[in-house]
Amino acid sequence: MNHPAEIEGAVANPTGIGASMRRKEDMRFLMGRGNYVADIKLPEMTYGAFVRSPHAHARIVSIDKSAALAMPGVIDVLTGEDMKADGVGSLPCAWPVVGKGGAPTKEPPHPAIAQGKVRYVGDAVAFVIAESLHQARNAAEAVAVEYDVLPAVVGVLDAIKPGAAAVFDDIPDNVCVDWELGDKHATEAAFKKAAHIARISLVNNRLVGNPMEPRAAIGAFDRARGQHTLYTTSQFPHIVKLLMGNFVLNIPQHKLRVVSPDVGGGFGVKQFHYAEEAVVTWAAKRLGRPVKWVCDRSEGFISDAHGRDHVTEAEMALDENGRFLALKVSTIANMGGYLSTFGPNIPTNLYGPLLAGVYTTPAIYCEVKAVFTNTVPVDAYRGAGRPEATFVLERLVDVAASEMGIAKDEIRRRNMIPPNAYPYQTPVLMEYDSGDPGGCLEKALAKADWKGFAKRKAASAAKGKLRGIGLCTYIEACGLAPSRIAIRLGVRGGLFESAAVRVHPTGQVTVLMGSHNHGQGHETTFAQIVSEKLSIPAENIEIVFGDTDKVQFGLGTYGSRSLAVGGSALVKATDKVIAKGKKIAAHMLEAADTDIEFADGVFSVAGTDRNKSFAEVALSAHFPVDYPLEILEPGLEEQAFYDPVNFTFPCGAHIAEVEIDPDTGVVELLSYVCVDDIGTVINPMIVDGQITGGVVQGVGQALYEDCVYDPESGQLLSGSFMDYCMPRADHVPPVSVETHITKCTHNPLGVKGCGELGTIGSPATVINAVVDALSHLGVSHIDMPASPHRVWRVINEAGGAARPAQ
Amino acid sequence: MQSFEYLRPTTLTEVGGMLGKMGEARPLAGGMTLIPAMKLRLAAPTALVDLSGLPELAGIKSDGKTVTIGAMTKHADVAASADVRKLIPALAALAGGIGDAQVRNRGTLGGSIANNDPSACYPAAVLGLGATVVTNRRRIAADSFFTGMFETALAPGEIVTAVAFPVPSAAAYEKFRSPASRYALVGVFVAKTTSGVRVAVTGAAPCVFRASAIEAILNEKFSAETLASLRFPADGLNSDLHGDAQYRAQLVGVLVKRAIAKLI
Repeated sequence: MNHPAEIEGAVANPTGIGASMRRKEDMRFLMGRGNYVADIKLPEMTYGAFVRSPHAHARIVSIDKSAALAMPGVIDVLTGEDMKADGVGSLPCAWPVVGKGGAPTKEPPHPAIAQGKVRYVGDAVAFVIAESLHQARNAAEAVAVEYDVLPAVVGVLDAIKPGAAAVFDDIPDNVCVDWELGDKHATEAAFKKAAHIARISLVNNRLVGNPMEPRAAIGAFDRARGQHTLYTTSQFPHIVKLLMGNFVLNIPQHKLRVVSPDVGGGFGVKQFHYAEEAVVTWAAKRLGRPVKWVCDRSEGFISDAHGRDHVTEAEMALDENGRFLALKVSTIANMGGYLSTFGPNIPTNLYGPLLAGVYTTPAIYCEVKAVFTNTVPVDAYRGAGRPEATFVLERLVDVAASEMGIAKDEIRRRNMIPPNAYPYQTPVLMEYDSGDPGGCLEKALAKADWKGFAKRKAASAAKGKLRGIGLCTYIEACGLAPSRIAIRLGVRGGLFESAAVRVHPTGQVTVLMGSHNHGQGHETTFAQIVSEKLSIPAENIEIVFGDTDKVQFGLGTYGSRSLAVGGSALVKATDKVIAKGKKIAAHMLEAADTDIEFADGVFSVAGTDRNKSFAEVALSAHFPVDYPLEILEPGLEEQAFYDPVNFTFPCGAHIAEVEIDPDTGVVELLSYVCVDDIGTVINPMIVDGQITGGVVQGVGQALYEDCVYDPESGQLLSGSFMDYCMPRADHVPPVSVETHITKCTHNPLGVKGCGELGTIGSPATVINAVVDALSHLGVSHIDMPASPHRVWRVINEAGGAARPAQ
Repeated sequence: MQSFEYLRPTTLTEVGGMLGKMGEARPLAGGMTLIPAMKLRLAAPTALVDLSGLPELAGIKSDGKTVTIGAMTKHADVAASADVRKLIPALAALAGGIGDAQVRNRGTLGGSIANNDPSACYPAAVLGLGATVVTNRRRIAADSFFTGMFETALAPGEIVTAVAFPVPSAAAYEKFRSPASRYALVGVFVAKTTSGVRVAVTGAAPCVFRASAIEAILNEKFSAETLASLRFPADGLNSDLHGDAQYRAQLVGVLVKRAIAKLI
């Protein structure tokens, strides 16, 4: 690690900004003392199990509950028809987009339990509630469902073929929305002038998120107060409260509490309003008893929203010097069997605008068809649209470089936005406020010893191995999101964030955050910000989140937004505390509040030694004797909401080296170097962990993970860890993380976010390295994952000239 | 998991009776396959007959010519055994490479071969070394023991009590792990025995098998060069998400050569 704070060596406050302090929350997790939804037991609690469709597409002819109801301990068996009878609404889509010619996104109904038809393997058909989980699961097997099996459509290319089975009867072509972005005419005109056109066809493989903690939900209903409570493994309890209460179950907001306690990883998978949340909340009221559902891993594979799943054709026009003139991208994206909460937004708004990358490409046109298929709904997964865009662009840049005989680093340098061009308006919506990807690139090249690669390649060749090096320069848009822009792009709500700083009479602080911590280290990072601002140690600061009855409104955690948006709200709230403290201190010190300075935890009269400590001021606010009650309220608690004016734009350069065994096709990742511009770093150790984790997740997509359905039956073939390959510790070398900072210009901390960039940069980086290793065979692309089997097949099909050139 | 009876016999005689009496009774060794299958509700035996109360089923004995390993001996114990490491180091290495530390400290030799998973490691050693499977009723030659996918010559009520491995002059096991499960996508056990070279292949086909064509070549001359032009046929090999038959055939060839390289 080599972070600026460490280079400078002088972090004054050991728990302030820039300190690599250990995570406050880790001790409880490491000691097994976390409190997850599955750990919660309520009095009179019952247990639920779902009956899920074994078919990808079928009409439900009949459901016979009688055998299940007769089994021991069974309390009830609920179906979609029961929900309909109770007037339960459809699960809403929160971010539809506007298609070509103003056409709206098609939003067919999404019942929490299937009604009439099932649309993917895993679609809920019935919910069995019993006194024990064992009884519920046994009874679930006794629910007799008669299906009329229909032809299924699985792949996106099959879904748009004429005559394909229709997932929804009233959407015969399966197209959810046909979306476009950019100037088509300017792009076509630029292609006519091109000296060279590079082309690529690629698949962005479908992924299953697999957070360590599977999803879980408990519904409870207090008859006395008419109050609903939902405990759920959510990244955004307030949004679940709004979507479920308002659109699905018709529960007034003041009668619904949503609690997301410790949550064991999300990666996007837990940022949607899921059917199971509505089912347990609804069932709890019907029963008058709490209802608990805990997903197991197998059930997660067929009920957690999946990620990615694009098929893309892209072309880049270049002039004779290898300068990018225009980019044309056509993508078909899988939505699955229903729209998930943000489904249509991911392959459109979070994809098209990122195709500009770090380059000055003047004309870009992108069209995306989002299509329904008989598969699990697809939605955001770490990076969400941006890894897909980066993969298309950075693969295409490498193809162009190879075809034109330009070095991979040089073609990027030639086209890169110069440092003095920021703020930089791209042809596809975004205005980058800051960034120095070129600086990241040069640092990364030096650190990875790019120039010394030929020697290492020869050494590998001497061992019979094929060595490749891959480079990717990326930029991403995160810090979701400026509400005005996002609402124009279709989101049904705001995307601001909130914080409240509650100063106790004794000077300790409780912070209530609208963002949600599920592994990112918020309890530490946010405490460090307050520690820095108020000069109190982090151990005297508690970060509270995940309970809508405790925390004011909040939008939750996704899109690398918690620090850039939530952290900014926290700075605002803390500044308000300081401003009020100055007024209190001014009274106590008999000075004008404009003469009060606050530094190092002390309010002092400028130019004098007269001062009051933060704790003294806090005490005064709660025991207001010597206090200006006539003009100032007692108490010291401030709240702030922050709506960003722009996205933030982390950028950087990643370099990977791989070695391929031509006999078996095994790709070994030898080294991975990242140099990233993420703005101000609060905790370098946490940043290191976030970036490393993100890189490994992207390496998983590039080399290991693949969600595969049988194209005929729609059965999930990779439905367990026996077949779905997660990246493991021994797959990945130590990731070299370095930062190269330009500060964000539009938020108070100058932060950009670091949660997703690893996953955004690494698939393209690794595949560029794999293709480089195979380039002597004429290979210009390989689809992900570059599994041993696939790599060997590519080598074998290239005619067995696999031995490395000596 | 569905409810079941749990029985823990203390004599071999009891075992036969318990397995015979109960309708869907299954012997429980390490439970590394059976218990997960029950949790996934893919298996629902009415009774489990736990063999862990029979100390005579565990342990390793050797007379210098044969290593006899009790059916309930755990992989970790085989891997760590001084006798096995000295006399059949390839077998110790194979045992030490199965699954992970948890599996190796619960899973057993007898459980593995009685289950005869097509991608398990132990069947390759048993077949490759020409071992003898000892049951509570008889002795079965390895060549007759593995009869098909998850199928063996064991009769109802019959359990493996030990496996007698003849000590080879040299042996090596090479495994290509399936990326996800880390089971053998292909595993090859090559042994030089008194009756000639034996090559057993696991993972590649529905059941472990001997690569007799390769054995013939190696019996002529034991060198990797004689196999240089060999293209192992893909006929009858498995195809799945992680490798088609052609790829598995390629791996058989590669792994045989790697095993031989270790032995020369």
